[in-house]
Amino acid sequence: MTNLLVRLERASVRFDKLQVVDDVSLDVHRGDIVTIIGPNGAGKTTLIKTVLGLQPLTSGSIHKTPGLQIGYVPQHLQLQTTLPLSVRRFLSLTGASTKECQAALHQTGIPQVFRQSIHHLSGGEMQRLLLARALVRKPDLLVLDEPAQGVDINGQAALYDLIRSFRDQLHCGVIMISHDLHLVMAATDRVICLNQHVCCSGYPEDISHDPAFVETFGRPVAESLAVYQHHHNHHHDLHGDVVDERHSSQHQDACDHHVHS
Amino acid sequence: MSILDPILDDFFWRALLGGLGVALVAGPLGCFVVWRRMAYFGDTLAHSALLGIALGFLFQINLSLSVTITCALLAIALVYLSRSRALATDTLLGILAHSALAIGLVALSFMPDLRVDLTGYLFGDLLAMTRQDLGLILGGGAVVLALLFWLWPGLLMATIHEELARVEGFPVARLQLALMLIFSLVIAVAMKMVGVLLITALLIIPAATARRLASSPEKMVLMAIGFGMIAVSGGLTLSWNVDTPAGPSIVVSAFTVFVLVYALVRKARA
Repeated sequence: MTNLLVRLERASVRFDKLQVVDDVSLDVHRGDIVTIIGPNGAGKTTLIKTVLGLQPLTSGSIHKTPGLQIGYVPQHLQLQTTLPLSVRRFLSLTGASTKECQAALHQTGIPQVFRQSIHHLSGGEMQRLLLARALVRKPDLLVLDEPAQGVDINGQAALYDLIRSFRDQLHCGVIMISHDLHLVMAATDRVICLNQHVCCSGYPEDISHDPAFVETFGRPVAESLAVYQHHHNHHHDLHGDVVDERHSSQHQDACDHHVHS
Repeated sequence: MSILDPILDDFFWRALLGGLGVALVAGPLGCFVVWRRMAYFGDTLAHSALLGIALGFLFQINLSLSVTITCALLAIALVYLSRSRALATDTLLGILAHSALAIGLVALSFMPDLRVDLTGYLFGDLLAMTRQDLGLILGGGAVVLALLFWLWPGLLMATIHEELARVEGFPVARLQLALMLIFSLVIAVAMKMVGVLLITALLIIPAATARRLASSPEKMVLMAIGFGMIAVSGGLTLSWNVDTPAGPSIVVSAFTVFVLVYALVRKARA
């Protein structure tokens, strides 16, 4: 199991009385691309923050390979415009050489911004810069929170291709959060559909048929991704809790039933 | 000492040397205040310095030390309180700033045998600077500069993006604590010069002026130091020639430079 990078076991996070992440178990190996999808407020960002070490667990455990180098692409980079910062300086703060910084920008397709101010970048350039910055640190694990945010539709596909090519090149693991379902399905190895708990997880072609997936994203979305579907065995009420008509006391079982991986 | 004696014996030169020393530490710290939007936070700490003075008299300890300790404790309390989010941070700061100032003033009034020159603490008394004061400023300043230089990459990264800094392994919580300690030291050092009510101005005006011209964080720090030194020299010259109060004169000259730079230089480069 030397290729195991991160293992979450029955991880839960609770803010006061609000259960944000509920009993999630997850393994990420070298070479994996794991995509977390789910509705707003499903605890996606909180889940990856536990992996990043930014959010302590309320219960459960997390094990990371000793010396694990993590590259992180945050969701919103709110930079203070009062701080003058060039792309070059932002990259060199990682301790990488000028040559390495330029090479990373080249790979992410934005070599022209090297000398520019970071405050003048477009949304797409910023996402590529953040990716480049994660890459110069030569990560074992790449963690991305909605990497394609603010990127136009053609750019999105290119960005997911880029992430996949970095996985091949660095042989790192990738965990990302995404809303771009169509693109995710094509670019990922494993999808986890999160709604506090793991609704369903598995390979993209399987998961789009999964009733829990259909329930979470609605029929039109699922139908556009999958040709057929079968009946559901649990529903979510307005709070996102599982309502199972037949086995309402065994909701965890109902969920586990859908794990295909 | 004999060569320096003619300079150190002259109160104007002592004031100038002390002022330049303060500008040297106010520059980098002022940049952090501007970057991290801590202006009101700095004001609160500065106001609490008067409480530190009162406590220093009460316990008969060195005033610079008591001011540093009081400011540092209040800073830590503030960081802790603002996390609870019971009140908006600006409300909390407004309450603590003026309460600390008022408690300080009330506490001082309870010491009737003490003849305290309040104006000196509120607005500074640079021209009354002794050799010992000068030693404190330069010593404290050296500690602050050494700390900043040592912690620079982490402080900068945590200022750019706190979570990114944490993921990359910087001890962000400890760095924040260090910044609070540096802040408290600078207040203790700068109080002598411009007084508790004007310290924030001395921190943020040169840094804000530098922002207009700087293209990198480090350049902004160097420029802020330069503008601070210009403000000190200009203010003291004004004070010497027209007999204006030294502290306010320094702030006025800093403000004049700020207005000139923003009027003459069209746009920030980065």
